[in-house]
This record gives sequence, C-alpha cells and structure tokens, in this order.
Amino acid sequence: MGARANLLEEPCTAAASVVGTEARPRLTMVRPRPEAPPHGPDDESRAWVASLRDQGAGGDGARRELHDLLLRAARHEIRRRRDSLPHLRGGDLDDLAHQSADDALVAILAKLGDYRGDSRFTTWAYKFALLEAAVKLRKRAWQNREVPIESERWDRFADGADSPARGAESRETLAAIAAAMRAELSPHQRGVLVAVVLDGVPIDVLAARMETTRGALYKTIHDARRKLRASLAEQGLGFDPEPDSTEVAR
Amino acid sequence: MNADVPDRLIGNLLGPDGPELSCERCFELLDRYVELELERDAADADAAIPGMRAHLEGCPACAEDHDSLRALVAEGST
Repeated sequence: MGARANLLEEPCTAAASVVGTEARPRLTMVRPRPEAPPHGPDDESRAWVASLRDQGAGGDGARRELHDLLLRAARHEIRRRRDSLPHLRGGDLDDLAHQSADDALVAILAKLGDYRGDSRFTTWAYKFALLEAAVKLRKRAWQNREVPIESERWDRFADGADSPARGAESRETLAAIAAAMRAELSPHQRGVLVAVVLDGVPIDVLAARMETTRGALYKTIHDARRKLRASLAEQGLGFDPEPDSTEVAR
Repeated sequence: MNADVPDRLIGNLLGPDGPELSCERCFELLDRYVELELERDAADADAAIPGMRAHLEGCPACAEDHDSLRALVAEGST
C-alpha cells in the first residue's frame, strides 16, 4: 500500500504522550489490581512535596534542586543511548538534556498531586526525566527519516517459510500469522503492528507522526495480537486466544 | 539463520501470554515496581503489580524506560 505518515509536531511533553489527557484510552488490559502500597511517603519525600508547593523562596530552591536531579537523570539516559545518535555533538546532547529536565520539571509540578508516596519522591520524579530524554532521543534518531506505516512487502517475514533453518512448527506458525494479518486485521491495526514490530519504528515516533499517544498505539497492537492469537487458536496452533486480557473500564 | 529468530519474531508478533497493563498504568506504577525489584526481588515486584512483567515483555519502549529507571536508581543506591 505504501501509505506514509506525515511529519507532525510532537506533543508538548513526553509524559503527555504516554499519560496525556487528550487521547487517553478509557480501557486497561489487565484485570488484577496492584496490591495496596505498604506505606505513604517517607519523611524526605514529604519534605520534597511540601517544598515544591511553597510559592516562596524556599520553593524556588527546591525547584532548582529538583531540576539538578532531573538533569542528572536526563544525562544518564543520554549516556545509555548515545550510540544511537553518532551525529550529535556533545553540545547538542547537553541541550537535549536541559530540554528534557525542563519539560520533566513542568510535568512533575503539574502532576504533584498524583504523587502518593508509593516510591521515594526522587524515584517517582526520575521517571519523568528519563521518559522525556528517551522520547527526544528516539525522535532525533528518526528525524528526517521516512516512517513506513505499511510497507508494500510487510509479509516478507514469512518468505523464509521453506527454509530448512526454521522448524516445521515455526514455518507453519509464521505462515498462519501472515495469513491472519492479511485477513483479520484492519489496515490501521496491520500498519501499526508492521511499523512497530517488523520495521522497528519506535512507538513514540509513530505516535507523534500519527498525532496520537503511545498508549493508544499500544492498545491497537494489543487488539491486533488478540485477533492473531484467536485466529491461530481456531486453527489449532496452540496459542491462548485470550490471555486473560478482558478489558475493564478504569 | 539463528534458530531463535523465528520464535522471537512469533513472540513479538503475538505478544506476551499473560494479562498486561496499559502503557499509562505502566508509567504510573513503574517507580514502585523498580523499587520493589531492587529492595526485594523480581518475584515480589511481579506479585505486587500484576501485568507489569507481561507489559514490559510486549512493549519495547516501556521496557527501555524500565531498564533506564532501574539502572539509575541502582546506581544511586550503591
């Protein structure tokens, strides 16, 4: 088909792209509820929250201190992923770290009321900085690259079905999956599954270009996988069609 | 061809076997899950937050976020 996504503006923060309010699915995919956390915030975490809520000079100091921690986290993430961005110089990477820390601080202050003390405050805060940095790095790595939404030869993964290197069971399963992808999935489901799973497009990159969220795209992938499993189960290929994934309203 | 490749491909196409969290819930609970992993062990973390492990197996982006947070917190606690 060769349909391609347009390059679109990214959401204001990465946290918004995962837990954002605009396109948040109303469904979750798991029935069990997490057990209640054993305790609330520790003293240090309470102090963080109280300081950050202070609109005076004390609050300014706490926000600067938190920004320093977020910057450390963003630099940590950039070091981990630096090999994926060989063309970026040190200055570019440090700019990216600062942007990530800035955006994470904005997201944290906006969501401060959501912090329940299930972990240390710093652990809770770090995840925002890591997410911001990771999403920015993935987008930089795919900047100026075309994102195939449904490549013309998406079913090439089944081409080696006759290869002796593949076991008979794998050959049969891969052929059945390709057939089910063709027959059972909607064009949107197939396109998202192919892009993310077969072509290795980061889900954040695809979400930005399709003007949606990571969560919404993952839900699409989840639904596609259930259809594929159901099709394979109908053919007696031994896959659980419904891995206890009944959707429940939040 | 590596004999593991078809199995990995099948696994990636069909996703995890068990029930899984959404990406939103994964992000909400990731900090607690990582602390449980580091302070107790993975089995306790999995028991406390059902569906997290399966989601991390099915969602590469969330799995990377998990690995990064775990590494950062572990680094800070050594």
